[in-house]
Amino acid sequence: MLIFEQSSKGRVAHAQSPATKASLDDLPADMLRETPPLMPEVSEMQAVRHYTRLSQKNFSIDTHFYPLGSCTMKYNPRACNSLSMLPGLVDRHPYAPDSHSQGFLSCMHDLQEILKEVTGMKAVSLSPMAGAQGEFAGVAMIKAYHESRGDMARNEIIVPDAAHGTNPASAVMCGYKIQEIPTRDDGDIDVDALKEVLGPQTAGIMLTNPSTVGVFERRIQEIAALVHEAGGLLYYDGANLNAILGKVRPGDMGFDVIHMNLHKTFSTPHGGGGPGAGPVGVSERLEPFLPIPMIDYDGTNYRFITADDRPQSIGRLSAFAGNAGILLRAYIYARLLGRQGMTRVAEYSTLNANYMLKKMKAAGFEAAYPDRRATHEFIITLRKEAKDLGVNAMDFAKRLLDYGVHAPTTYFPLLVPECFLIEPTETESIDALDNFVEAMIKIREEAETGADRVKGAPYTLPVRRLDDVKAARELDIAWKPAE
Amino acid sequence: MSYIPSDLLFTSSHEWVRDEGDDTVTIGITDHAQELLGDLVFIELPEVGDTIEAGGEAGVVESVKAASDIFSPVSGEVIEINEDLVDSPELVNEQAYDNGWIYKIKLNDPSEIDGLLNPEAYTEVVEADEH
Amino acid sequence: MPFIPHTEEEVRQMLDAIGANSIEDLFDEIPADLRSFSLDKIPEGLPEMEVAHLMHERARKDSNVHCFIGAGAYDHHIPSAVWEIATRGEFYSAYTPYQAEASQGTLQLLYEYQSMMSALMDMDVSNASLYDGASALGEAILMAIRAHRKSKSKKILVPKSLHPAYRQAANAIVKNQDIELIEIPFESATGKTSLAALSEYAGTDITALVIGQPNFFGVLEDVDGLTRWAEENNTMTIAVVNPLAMSVLKPPGQWGDNGADIACGEGQPLGIPLSSGGPYFGFMCATQKIVRQMPGRIIGRTVDLDGKPGFSLTLQAREQHIRRSKATSNICTNQGLMVTAATIHMSLLGAEGLARAAAGSHDKHRKLVSGLSAIEGVEVKFDSPVFNEAVISLPVDNATVLEALAADNVLAGFDLKKDYPELGNALLVCATEKHSAASIDLFIEKLGALLAS
Repeated sequence: MLIFEQSSKGRVAHAQSPATKASLDDLPADMLRETPPLMPEVSEMQAVRHYTRLSQKNFSIDTHFYPLGSCTMKYNPRACNSLSMLPGLVDRHPYAPDSHSQGFLSCMHDLQEILKEVTGMKAVSLSPMAGAQGEFAGVAMIKAYHESRGDMARNEIIVPDAAHGTNPASAVMCGYKIQEIPTRDDGDIDVDALKEVLGPQTAGIMLTNPSTVGVFERRIQEIAALVHEAGGLLYYDGANLNAILGKVRPGDMGFDVIHMNLHKTFSTPHGGGGPGAGPVGVSERLEPFLPIPMIDYDGTNYRFITADDRPQSIGRLSAFAGNAGILLRAYIYARLLGRQGMTRVAEYSTLNANYMLKKMKAAGFEAAYPDRRATHEFIITLRKEAKDLGVNAMDFAKRLLDYGVHAPTTYFPLLVPECFLIEPTETESIDALDNFVEAMIKIREEAETGADRVKGAPYTLPVRRLDDVKAARELDIAWKPAE
Repeated sequence: MSYIPSDLLFTSSHEWVRDEGDDTVTIGITDHAQELLGDLVFIELPEVGDTIEAGGEAGVVESVKAASDIFSPVSGEVIEINEDLVDSPELVNEQAYDNGWIYKIKLNDPSEIDGLLNPEAYTEVVEADEH
Repeated sequence: MPFIPHTEEEVRQMLDAIGANSIEDLFDEIPADLRSFSLDKIPEGLPEMEVAHLMHERARKDSNVHCFIGAGAYDHHIPSAVWEIATRGEFYSAYTPYQAEASQGTLQLLYEYQSMMSALMDMDVSNASLYDGASALGEAILMAIRAHRKSKSKKILVPKSLHPAYRQAANAIVKNQDIELIEIPFESATGKTSLAALSEYAGTDITALVIGQPNFFGVLEDVDGLTRWAEENNTMTIAVVNPLAMSVLKPPGQWGDNGADIACGEGQPLGIPLSSGGPYFGFMCATQKIVRQMPGRIIGRTVDLDGKPGFSLTLQAREQHIRRSKATSNICTNQGLMVTAATIHMSLLGAEGLARAAAGSHDKHRKLVSGLSAIEGVEVKFDSPVFNEAVISLPVDNATVLEALAADNVLAGFDLKKDYPELGNALLVCATEKHSAASIDLFIEKLGALLAS
């Protein structure tokens, strides 16, 4: 039942304030609202009960194994939440003067330094509010760089066919054309194809490493040299940074600009779809173009770096300073982990993924890249099961929900048929990994005795499979009371 | 194998063209294309009066999980669009070659249709696709 | 090891299963010459208790201020239940509802959110959020250009009375797509967008007109007049509004003869703490006609296999994971958790509670401004109705005043001199329902004493 359907006219919650409505008699009548908006009228307990019960309809990291590939669904330490909400931090106004902001600014400055060090970049701006905005900022900096040199002919960004959809979408927002290059059967990009498309029109290339197919791009140094030789720059999509944190750095690989997804690698909450945070790091030549604001420290005081300091900046991407509260959570996480803890993130997420891959292969599931090491994630293809048993990757995914496991990422990357992209993360125990493999084996056994049981899943959730076609054809996206 | 009528012309990007004989043609997407896309939920139509180049984007067909551009097989001015598709995109799934037509064009150059695929050539395209 | 559950024995067992000698072996595909670097600048890890000490100490440095800055971020009362429920693990640690059956909580909540925002704006549809108010304006401009197929100019009229940071962010977001943002001046006496200045563009091809309500100065714009101008000139309208204010002011759906085409803005006044400017959430509503040009997630109500009502992501073919380079936006992760809080907040307050909070804030603001303007030399800058904040002009250098009052922990407002030097020594001041009478009196008294000295 919707919250609107629990309303009673005139009912109010006690928690609201003030208790009466003040006069607006200084405002002209023709500017005022004549009829109030149609909002729920419920008691405090009704609202609390309704949303508590809704929450219970969710799978989440706190309740379920959630091996959603490319999303890094690891444990979000509670301390990061509570300490970021301390008075002084949670109620600091974004325009409070630097004199009354040294606590907050020092956290942001320290986070900038930590991210620089762990990625091997020259400078970092924390301001992008999600990975996609970080991508946008990164490509915009590439564009600003070329333009600052009078190099106006570069109008193409190269993107592998397996890239996240955000990569081409971000490049187009910056006014670029997209040049796709293929991925080879071993998961690395096709360097010969890259050579063919590189040229004076190349502005840059966007890569994820480890790539979206879950393997480390082994020829990255050669790729970097080729792109740089052609006058292009290298963009690093940090979606998979968890795999290499503290083990190898994008800056050392030759990348000129990177974004990080703090809601992945630095364990800030995924929140049912955000907020994220997508700080960008750059090599020396891109530093003047970083988005504002940033934080400076002169040895005594911390202060905001603004457009006055950085006239070549691509500008600001938010009204204030990005998703500051999320950045605080990432900072707290970084201090809890420290240097060694960060390196362990890559180590144990890689251990977990390789262990799971081995178990899956031993159980007879087909790895998409059988001769490669898994990174922090790996791909299996269920094409054999789809062909022989008539149950596809979506069917397995839905049935996994009945086994109390959130499904991995399905049907991405698009170039592997019937695929699961599985990312266990470092915070899961061996038992959770074993349980997943067992559930997959059981589902396959169920399918062997008849596809219908699996194709009809899930059975134990609040709803069964939903009619997405009806949702799109008969659009109902805002409740209206019955006539 | 999907249905390929013998009286139409085709493109390798899965549009069909019916020559109406008066320098106008009717255009839609093939049965094979609608099968690949699945249940269609929205068709973005061109507007009457638009001039479109051959190979240019004339609209978009959307299913729940995919979207595909309609590339105009020929150049000319749009003279009619299938308004029924606004509320009933499923017509393209159900009757791709009849009530699921998408738009009609007044040809700039009537000889342009000579460059389109005949049913046999399009059959080969589909077979290669399904292989 | 922080947050890693593995015992030594388990690690051994896992490595044996893999057939590796050490964890280090698992990184053997990475070129060896990339593997040597130092992380010396990253401090050692600390136990939770020590990190807590550190954070308490830093938080204390920024505490205990009397803040009268608004300028796009407002300190309203948030019922305790809002964040108690929003930070439940099931909301806090779930992700984008890709598996609808396992995400009905988030999905239904987002559907309710879309319904509430549509009602508050009196618009047909809402998306499930964008990053913040400023980036939402950028997205709204891109949306208007897609939606207004007849307009070819890509020219957008943006009032100078709109938040400077919104104008800067929108420009940064759209500038690479040959879009021209044209600044429209405000009347110096009223602070309102100048209809006379607009007339210069009458009859030309303008894609959209942006209208703020209230504008950055707190001034109420002639929204009906501006919207009608746009309607007469085949120009789309983009409303940028304070959502809390819309509980008492005429909402965008009722502006002019046909209402605004797109309404967007900063959702922060709906239950989100100040938190140094984020995370907040951008909202966006529109008419049904242009829903397919919207960026971001949209949730739809449908039925399951058994005919039971349920919710799922819909119109996904607009989005980057399907449309890639032709998507309506690159946005994917948005501000889900903030919207969760806002939905609970709006449910608890209802229309009446929202109106009380809005009117209560306005009332405190009136008390503040009447006290301040009674001080000799202090004047209210614009002769116009305002909502919740106002521009005051000072007889002396405003930076000096801000610094002197800050020394007494009074943050006296937003300094307008940098963005609007033509306004002289002007401050944008704000109070909300949360300000105590004592706090307001303190500001008035300190400023009075300072100017008298």
